[in-house]
Amino acid sequence: MSQKNRLLTGGRIDRSKTLKFSYNGRQYQGYQGDTLASALLANGVDIVARSFKYSRPRGIVAAGAEEPNAVLQIGSTPATQVPNVRATQQELYNGLVCGATNGWPSVESDIMGLFGKIGGSMMPPGFYYKTFMFPQSMWETYEKYIRKAAGLGYAPTERDPDIYDKMNQHCDLMVVGAGPAGLAAALTAARSGARVILADEQAEFGGHLLSSREKIDGKPAMAWVDAVVEELGSYPNVTLLRRATVNGYHDQNFLTVHQQLTDHLGDRAPAGQARSRLHRVRAHWVVLATGAHERPLVFGNNDVPGCMIASAVATYINRYGVVPGSKLVLMTTNDGAYQTALDWADAGREVVAVVDTRAKADGDLVAAVRKRGIKVMSGSAVIEVQGKKRVSGVTVATIDARGERVSSNAHTLLECDTVASSGGWSPVVHLSCHTGSRPVWRDDIIGFVPGKTVQKQLVAGGVNGTYSLGKVLAEGFAAGQQAVQNLGLNSAKCKQPAVREIREGAPMALFHVPHTKPTSRAPKQFVDLQNDVTAAGIELAAREGFEAIEHVKRYTAMGFGTDQGKLGNINGMAIAAKARGKSIPETGTTVFRPNYTPITFGALAGRDAGALFDPKRYTAMHKWHVEHGAEFEDVGQWKRPWYYPKAGESMQQALNRECRAAREGVAILDATTLGKVDIQGKDAREFLGRVYSNAWAKLDVGKCRYGLMCHEDGMVFDDGVTSCLGENHFLMTTTTGGAAGVLEWLELYHQTEWPELEVYFTSVTDHWATMTLSGPNSRKLLEELVEGVDLSNDNFKFMDWREGKVAGVPARIFRISFTGELSFEVNVQANYGQYVWEKLFEQGAKYDLTPYGTETMHILRAEKGFIIVGQDTDGSMNPYDLGMSWCVGAKKPFSFIGKRGLLREDNLGKNRKQLVGLKTRDPKVVLPEGAQAVADPKQPVPMTLLGHISSSYWSETLGRSIALGFIRGGHERMGETVYYPMADGRVIEAEICSPIFFDPKGERQNV
Amino acid sequence: MSEISAPEKHQVTRLSANVAVMNQYAGGAVAAQSPLHHADFASLAGKSPKVGGVMLRELKLLGHLTLRGQQNNDSFMAGCAEVLGVALPIQPLTSVEKGAVSVRWRSPDEWLVVLPAEQAFDVEKALRARIQGHYSVVNVSGGQTILELSGPNARDVLKKSCPLDLHPSHFPVGKVAGTVFAKATALVRRTGEERWELVVRRSFSDYLWAWIQDASREYGLIVN
Amino acid sequence: MLHIYCPHCGEYREEEEFHCKGQAHIPRPLDPDNCSDEEWGNYMYFRHNPKGLHHEIWYHSTGCQKFFNITRDTVTYEIKEVYKMGEQPSVAAKG
Repeated sequence: MSQKNRLLTGGRIDRSKTLKFSYNGRQYQGYQGDTLASALLANGVDIVARSFKYSRPRGIVAAGAEEPNAVLQIGSTPATQVPNVRATQQELYNGLVCGATNGWPSVESDIMGLFGKIGGSMMPPGFYYKTFMFPQSMWETYEKYIRKAAGLGYAPTERDPDIYDKMNQHCDLMVVGAGPAGLAAALTAARSGARVILADEQAEFGGHLLSSREKIDGKPAMAWVDAVVEELGSYPNVTLLRRATVNGYHDQNFLTVHQQLTDHLGDRAPAGQARSRLHRVRAHWVVLATGAHERPLVFGNNDVPGCMIASAVATYINRYGVVPGSKLVLMTTNDGAYQTALDWADAGREVVAVVDTRAKADGDLVAAVRKRGIKVMSGSAVIEVQGKKRVSGVTVATIDARGERVSSNAHTLLECDTVASSGGWSPVVHLSCHTGSRPVWRDDIIGFVPGKTVQKQLVAGGVNGTYSLGKVLAEGFAAGQQAVQNLGLNSAKCKQPAVREIREGAPMALFHVPHTKPTSRAPKQFVDLQNDVTAAGIELAAREGFEAIEHVKRYTAMGFGTDQGKLGNINGMAIAAKARGKSIPETGTTVFRPNYTPITFGALAGRDAGALFDPKRYTAMHKWHVEHGAEFEDVGQWKRPWYYPKAGESMQQALNRECRAAREGVAILDATTLGKVDIQGKDAREFLGRVYSNAWAKLDVGKCRYGLMCHEDGMVFDDGVTSCLGENHFLMTTTTGGAAGVLEWLELYHQTEWPELEVYFTSVTDHWATMTLSGPNSRKLLEELVEGVDLSNDNFKFMDWREGKVAGVPARIFRISFTGELSFEVNVQANYGQYVWEKLFEQGAKYDLTPYGTETMHILRAEKGFIIVGQDTDGSMNPYDLGMSWCVGAKKPFSFIGKRGLLREDNLGKNRKQLVGLKTRDPKVVLPEGAQAVADPKQPVPMTLLGHISSSYWSETLGRSIALGFIRGGHERMGETVYYPMADGRVIEAEICSPIFFDPKGERQNV
Repeated sequence: MSEISAPEKHQVTRLSANVAVMNQYAGGAVAAQSPLHHADFASLAGKSPKVGGVMLRELKLLGHLTLRGQQNNDSFMAGCAEVLGVALPIQPLTSVEKGAVSVRWRSPDEWLVVLPAEQAFDVEKALRARIQGHYSVVNVSGGQTILELSGPNARDVLKKSCPLDLHPSHFPVGKVAGTVFAKATALVRRTGEERWELVVRRSFSDYLWAWIQDASREYGLIVN
Repeated sequence: MLHIYCPHCGEYREEEEFHCKGQAHIPRPLDPDNCSDEEWGNYMYFRHNPKGLHHEIWYHSTGCQKFFNITRDTVTYEIKEVYKMGEQPSVAAKG
């Protein structure tokens, strides 16, 4: 297909490099340097979307980030789909595949469009609230219909093959926007030696100069740009980020910059390259040089394809060599837009008329237009557009001086296919607003500029309401100088280039063009094209009493979604203000939020995806576990062996085997993950007494003790065995998941409450590899490998520790037990962990040494009634509830953490939920963990719940199921029956018993 | 070696003293495994490309001692200087190095000493013999390892991984900083113009190794 | 993302190196066993939620592992002052 709107010469495209692409299944061609939008316009594609609510055909309106309609789906495969891509920002590449996202079955012939009028009246503002909420049961039906008709793209259905990068950056000055102001600011700072980052969303630096015909120092403006960019590139401390949208401006000058590295190259990133990079920038100072967006005017049927903003038309002509139509009518409230008429005429196409809403216009550009013989209709406005899928003509009427009403019944009909409009410019204040700063209205520029801020922020150029090139450059240099001064650097000389000043007449403050009919009856006058918000809708909101602009926004959806109100917000506020009889500053603005333009989830996730989503922590013996077929369980970030199934074994069979080995022979657990804290200092013992609920004053060197930690409210939050290594030296163990928290807890109390105590804490969790031998044969096995320690029961008692060697490796051996069996816990430096582990297996073969995992550990300890903090506790159990009053040193002189909390009346109550054992009547039935006990299963719902099951297993040792759980007043209810109603209607009957199911006297661990 | 050939002579250092000091070094007869043993850098080095922007090696199986003490404890400061042969750096975020011993500031009352593993026990004993007052010495050699990143793109990889400002004006050679590294932590130290070391925890080392490979991919990673 | 000056490390670091431990200057009662439920309740549970200046404890968890205080404006997120444990703020919050 020919590029019927392409000029033979001009623009920044390379006509020797033809690129093929497909849109909605049809093949087209464009050139290197095109955006997808310029290529579509070159090919005469008018319709790129169906509107969100009314399903009206929509065309390309703008040429940049503010484009509301041409939001396309890009991607040729299910894995590489990207929704929400603005065609105006997507650079064309060979083979690009894209399509419109809304429109069913297609944008050209849309079912909803056939019912446009019905749909229109069906969906006034507030429609969702008013209609779809009631009846609620119908929502699913509505939703399907709405989604099908009004979808805005879809996510990839396969895994994204690309990688995404993030990078932290620091600089003295971050300049946002590489138009004339930004370039001038960056240059000034760079010459002073500052570390500068300059970012711009476009592929090339230059901002509006890329499409301007103005001259700087007598040469085309881009010659100046090229020289500045070259100089900036020569400074090692300057980072230039192209295709990099500063998407968010956060507290204390933290900015997020989304740089698209390969989206211009193809569907997928080249091998090894990241598709995008999210820069996380911390800047000492920021210069916002984000420019301004031209504001379209609001008039009847202003959404018909062919209606564009004036500067976008000029951009397509000057930058891309594309004239997006044949016959232009330009409507403007200001002088600047006259340039578009000149550009159009220079491209050899007809300018039907310039319709100026002002009664008088006499600037340089106006004179130039008149000189060309182009018809200028002053004091007039386009009040209505004709055409459905493309503009076919306009109705022009004279309006009064304030632009409030049509002043005569004499209308002029003009035939045209393009209507360019300009209502002036809106500074791009989005970033400044992200940090909570409210923009301020300026009557002289008819727009909001950045307001007071606590950020170290400067502004220059269009964002500051300054539009003439000479003044923009001056502000850029001044902002650069100011930043240099603020940074305490010596400023370098920068000569301001010469620009011929264009004399401009005063603009008119007009937003909403009047119609002969009242707004509610006039043809639809669109304010927010993406969200289908009309002037009538905003007036309705005002009539219905929505006064605050934030409420109007939510009622009408104006400024929602990916658009963030770039084109429509100011017009909408102006209409709302007028409807309420208030001024625009009185009405105020809504809040702009990050991100400025949409960003893919891939870019946000960065490298933290897939295998790198979360750290996986491994013990020194992990490789052995893998090689021996362990199944793993996540405990915090640790990968712990869960059980070790042999070939053909079910999980339960493996657990039964592992349990038998620990009770009858010898078994071994990798217990490395337990938190370990080395504690030294003369007040170490005193400190332990304060943070543990039990007493530590009399623990001798060489001894170990179980300890319970409570929060100040008396609730248990961690436990573990702490060993007295020396009079002033202890080794504390914590739960696996609690390790980091406990260390921080110790530091918190030491640093904030008791700094006078002489004690130091050092984490040694990763330093020691810990392996627990358990079972009647554990002593026999260990004796074969130990040096320097007499393991006999007389000389190495239960709850003692000794230092020696195991398999030639220095070790500390702790005779502690979590299984109730004879048990030895061996600690060696982790570098030797796998070595010692393997030696134990070599030597242990004759005892059939069996590795066991966390599940068997859980079963064995439950048989003994030992709690696991975090499984049997949930932050609401105190030591008494757990039957551990023996672990509360109420007579300790210092009021340990938790003591005062335990004195609260509620903590002493008899009817608290207390830990008990539970035996099901049918020993084969294993209660589900989390099951709730009731006294009478026949009582009406909601039943009175007595407590839940916290641990429940099949006990191979006992040949029956066992459970630990909580029952109100359970300690006094031994032998009573409780019932556990199940979701499936079953009721499991169980008897309350002691939580110690096995070896109640604890004889086995003492042998 | 002598201890291994004469096991009956194994001496428990003492149980009566205030602090249990233990020689945790098994000697050369026992093959120690560094945290990244399983990655087998030695054979990867053979397969590595010859050209790349980032070089990685593990400074493995060194002795790591955590020292805690107050700067106003003269005995502590003088004792450390005497035994280590170099004074503890008191300027925040700095490090010193002398021969095979390097010392990193971690906080106003904490330093990390790295030295040959076989010296850790003797140094700890010497420190304890020399220092009075409140202090602590903890052998943490098994719990961490050191990754050295070097080459023209080493800084880029670090910038992808941690939020420190690593520009030469802000991070001169010798500077050390504890920080977030990916979703783990690291003690970052600049040891040369283009050379950096990371002290990382043993259990996180495999995750960080995977992270560094991924983050280095675009520059080319050479494993040494 | 706050930019926090660590008074021990002596430089600014990113917020992700720290975490907040809540309101500062709430000393543990010296004799908990003999304080009333009301006093204990105030210590345990009652906190300011000011619009404006707020004194907070922060922990440099990945850095020097020291706790310190920050006076922060909860409206603008400006950090007005950073001071060590045991020191008093020079810019005081109301109440």
